[in-house]
Amino acid sequence: MSELRQEAEAIAEQFSDHLDVDADDVEERLETLVDEYRVPLDEARRSVTNSYLEDAGMERDELGRGGSESVLVNDIDEDEQWVDLRVKLVDLWEPRSDSISQVGLVGDESGTIKFVSFKTSELPELEEGACYELSNVVTDEYEGNYSVKLNRTTQITELDEEIEVGDNADTVEGALVDIQSGSGLIKRCPEEDCTRVLQNGRCSEHGQVEGEFDLRIKGVLDDGETVTEIIFDREATEELTGMGLEEAKDMAMDALDTTVVAEEMADDVLGRYYRVTGPTFGRYVLVDEMENPGAVDVETALIEARSI
Amino acid sequence: MSQSAPTREVARRVFASEFNDAGFTFTESDDERAPVYLLLPTGESSNRVFFVGTLTEKEDVGEESEYWRGRIVDPTGTFFVYAGQYQPEAASKLRDLEPPAYVAVVGKPRTYETDDGTVRVSVRPESITEVDADTRDRWVAETARRTIERVAAFDDDGNEYARMAREEYELDPQTYKAAALSALEDLDDGAGDELAGDTAAEGTPANGEAATSDESADGAADATDSADAPEP
Repeated sequence: MSELRQEAEAIAEQFSDHLDVDADDVEERLETLVDEYRVPLDEARRSVTNSYLEDAGMERDELGRGGSESVLVNDIDEDEQWVDLRVKLVDLWEPRSDSISQVGLVGDESGTIKFVSFKTSELPELEEGACYELSNVVTDEYEGNYSVKLNRTTQITELDEEIEVGDNADTVEGALVDIQSGSGLIKRCPEEDCTRVLQNGRCSEHGQVEGEFDLRIKGVLDDGETVTEIIFDREATEELTGMGLEEAKDMAMDALDTTVVAEEMADDVLGRYYRVTGPTFGRYVLVDEMENPGAVDVETALIEARSI
Repeated sequence: MSQSAPTREVARRVFASEFNDAGFTFTESDDERAPVYLLLPTGESSNRVFFVGTLTEKEDVGEESEYWRGRIVDPTGTFFVYAGQYQPEAASKLRDLEPPAYVAVVGKPRTYETDDGTVRVSVRPESITEVDADTRDRWVAETARRTIERVAAFDDDGNEYARMAREEYELDPQTYKAAALSALEDLDDGAGDELAGDTAAEGTPANGEAATSDESADGAADATDSADAPEP
């Protein structure tokens, strides 16, 4: 089958629910553009698709991609894919724009993902806590974070079953080879809904503020092949170092310097091996659980080494 | 995934014997600030290393200001680390540590040429911390595995660094595989001893063990040679 023929059949398939489109017609139109008028195939496909959209009185986002794939939310790692999800609506947020009908989090066993539904799509409203099958949603990426957009062609079916929601957890193991700046005893902006870490007493959003003390460690786990940046929040930092917030504050007070806290912590944790599990956020793994792998199993290591 | 931050260099796992055999450095671009890589004889580039061993000696070799040199021993040989005023944390660690002690080091490979033209390889530490015997054993096991993996991939098509190693060194990667396996085997013996005896103050005995088992490994190799001899 020629490339043009394949394209033609794909286009005909996309419109099968809306128009009576014959693949031969589509192929002829493509042929005219590509062979006669030297239009690149991409552009020809676009132009032909647009003319059928006009015939059908449809918008581009109403067009299905003929059989989208059923996926788990944590497996979404590509922009502009058409997918089907079986999810629970975990959380609804306040829309920040008038064009948005609903925004929030949906989740399945693999984790959660942000979803957006626009007013122009005229979809029924979803309810928090309910489970749905959402067919034909589009993936979207922004700075390494993925979301899904509902659109006019999205089919929403409420499910009668309960879906367990996972936490997008990843497990990484390696030696802790670095503790980055912004670790130890830090101050956060006290403004409502702002938890930014202060730099020299200033919040990048709210300026000079009276900060609130907190503990965290931004570290790097390295297994000799890859590096992973990890963040221990206050609770995880306390578990890791055995040092609480009050103790850290006292230590900083005695030294008239907050950096002594990170130095003290570095002494206890740098150069050790850890296995940590937690949700990924951008390029960080947020540590929920951690383990010290302890003594190495030499016999297993030997068997594995000999089999390489 | 889009990643705006520059990627951090991974810390390679390499035993002292291989590390000290590596004298060739290179950069991947002409940029003045391009990172410098040490070429490992098993065919890998290394801009950073992580190792755990026994600090056996330390000495302030500086003339005007403090300049600390530490000898850190692993099952195959000795790493030399140097820390001065530009590595204040590492320098003060070396000043405070009492050998023998297990230490973990993250650092950058450095090379310098002596008057007679030999190239010496050392480590400029980013951090030095005192660790326990489990951490040291885990490092030995991990480094043995990584070394053997590199040797296994040495003849792969398109292994650019192996090709470079073949050009720059006259070294047989199999030696490093043998050293890695024997380090792992010694760990097996050592673990048994530690379970049997008291685990306190491992520094010196562990060193002693490493030294004796190296000898016995050599002895074993000799024995095999002589055993092979009469066969044909």
